[in-house]
Amino acid sequence: MATLLIADHDGAKLGDATAKALTAAALVGHPVDILVAGENVHAIAEAAARLDGVAKVLVADGATLANLLAEPLAELVVGLADRYAVIAAPASSAMKNALPRVAAKLDVMQISEVTAVVAPDTFERPIYAGNAIETVRSREPKLVMTIRGAAFTATASGDASAPIEAITAPGASAASQFLGADLTTSTRPELGSARIIVSGGRALGSAEKFDAVLAPLADKLGAAVGASRAAVDSGYAPNDLQVGQTGKVVAPELYIALGISGAIQHLAGMKDSKIIVAVNKDPDAPIFQIADYGLEEDLFTAVPAMLEALK
Amino acid sequence: MKIIVPVKRVVDANIKIRVKPDGSGVELANVKMAMNPFDEIAVEEALRLKEAGKATEIIVVSIGSATCAETIRTALAMGADRGILVKAEGRIEPLAVAKLLKAIVAKEEPGLVILGKQAIDDDSNQTGQMLAALLDWPQGTFASRVAVDGEHVEVTREVDGGLQTVRLALPAVVTTDLRLNEPRYASLPNIMKAKKKPLDETTSEALGVDATPRLEVVATREPSGRQAGIKVASAAELVAKLKTAGVL
Ligand SMILES: Cc1cc2nc3c(=O)[nH]c(=O)nc-3n(C[C@H](O)[C@H](O)[C@H](O)COP(=O)(O)OP(=O)(O)OC[C@H]3O[C@@H](n4cnc5c(N)ncnc54)[C@H](O)[C@@H]3O)c2cc1C
Repeated sequence: MATLLIADHDGAKLGDATAKALTAAALVGHPVDILVAGENVHAIAEAAARLDGVAKVLVADGATLANLLAEPLAELVVGLADRYAVIAAPASSAMKNALPRVAAKLDVMQISEVTAVVAPDTFERPIYAGNAIETVRSREPKLVMTIRGAAFTATASGDASAPIEAITAPGASAASQFLGADLTTSTRPELGSARIIVSGGRALGSAEKFDAVLAPLADKLGAAVGASRAAVDSGYAPNDLQVGQTGKVVAPELYIALGISGAIQHLAGMKDSKIIVAVNKDPDAPIFQIADYGLEEDLFTAVPAMLEALK
Repeated sequence: MKIIVPVKRVVDANIKIRVKPDGSGVELANVKMAMNPFDEIAVEEALRLKEAGKATEIIVVSIGSATCAETIRTALAMGADRGILVKAEGRIEPLAVAKLLKAIVAKEEPGLVILGKQAIDDDSNQTGQMLAALLDWPQGTFASRVAVDGEHVEVTREVDGGLQTVRLALPAVVTTDLRLNEPRYASLPNIMKAKKKPLDETTSEALGVDATPRLEVVATREPSGRQAGIKVASAAELVAKLKTAGVL
């Protein structure tokens, strides 16, 4: 039997999340095929085929898959399920949406956000915002799981290419229709793959100040920008920048938290970063309890001083 | 149109949980419990749809031990019309919850099921999608805006790159994200009134669902800890330390 890994992508390129999920999928032990579903995704399929160790790439190209809506994607994957012992996907928003639909159709309980492969049927996953780690063993005939990218290093790509096989895309669903998207465009690195993240909290006070303070530092460091829920709820930053239990989970080399108190829900998204820096004017802010370097200062003076020191 | 809102009783979001020393799970004895925050948002959204004349009745369902009746009462105090408690002991996985909800949907025939995108205890983020699959209904997950318009619902979803809007034919399943609304507090008179609202009880046996877990929890442990580091005196010292550490 084999493993089917569903690729995550934004329609233009294969995300880093897929290469990370491949590392976990390979640990289960079966040969791994990658499914690339979407519209005009041949370049993405070619990139998937160059990932080390991939057995085969299946490409389903069609308008119905353009936005990776759960209904057609699940239908496609369920149709392929007979051939696979394991169905895995990165824990991206598109896959978190579609994979439980696949699991239920197959009458299988899904394992969400796998952070370690203990044995071919046994996995670790965080619960309670990462305050506990559960080891679960599946008794299911098939495994369906999402993989947390922050817990695995990306599989490398080489020159060798796995075979690419075209498969048929499902027909349109009358019940679910894509109306539009409002996507954040940024030239900065993605949160999921950035080496450095500069993250801002409620202390920034407005969207203008959020940008005025964070952008120069992020640009200087080549960093991605993140935010706390409070900053997103207050409209200082778009929703896709939220780091935490219910936002993105990241583990960069360096995470700089500016004016973020360190609520457990925020820590859930960043506490596995290699080095954590906290700038906060409250000496008792909980973020200091997990920060490698804490600077107790007003961020509006500290950030310009950091820029000065970086010159 | 009826709306069903499933709600889960979980450890309060403000509590930092502890893992039992013997690794058999998380300490739940004498811990403050509350309605899953995402489910509160689901209840609020259903109430708003009813207030806007788009829904006629809101039925709240909770699955678990007898204490889940409290969680249902909270939703009734917010303004929901009636409750159904599905009594079940032990660990009930999302797939079993989805099957139980499917059985209730078959009886009640709602036009919409609105529920939280994830429970803050097991962080699975599965139930709504699984329910939609079992019912063969369309799904609008991680909603930050919900607009019901005749036979359809438009859902704006929080996705990795920003926002995505889909239009679903009713009946449909919607799961809530944090920014959909701010749930109301129940007023004292409404808390009193809620005590008189109907609350039916049933069981997984009566609903014909096998709720046996499919996953075995082998162990539960603390995450690898992080020690507090050092405080630096200035931004210049911070930058110097980061350079020494090799990250800048
Ligand atoms: C179900 C649920 C899910 C959640 N999910 C998430 C999530 O995914 N991500 C997330 O981040 N949160 C999440 N939260 C919210 C979380 O509990 C906190 O409310 C939130 O993280 C707080 O954001 P904050 O640290 O920016 O704001 P605050 O807690 O208000 O902290 C602001 C900090 O800034 C400091 N400060 C103020 N002014 C300055 C200044 N001039 N210079 C320096 N420091 C200053 C203050 O001392 C304070 O420590 C969730 C909550 C719930 C209930």
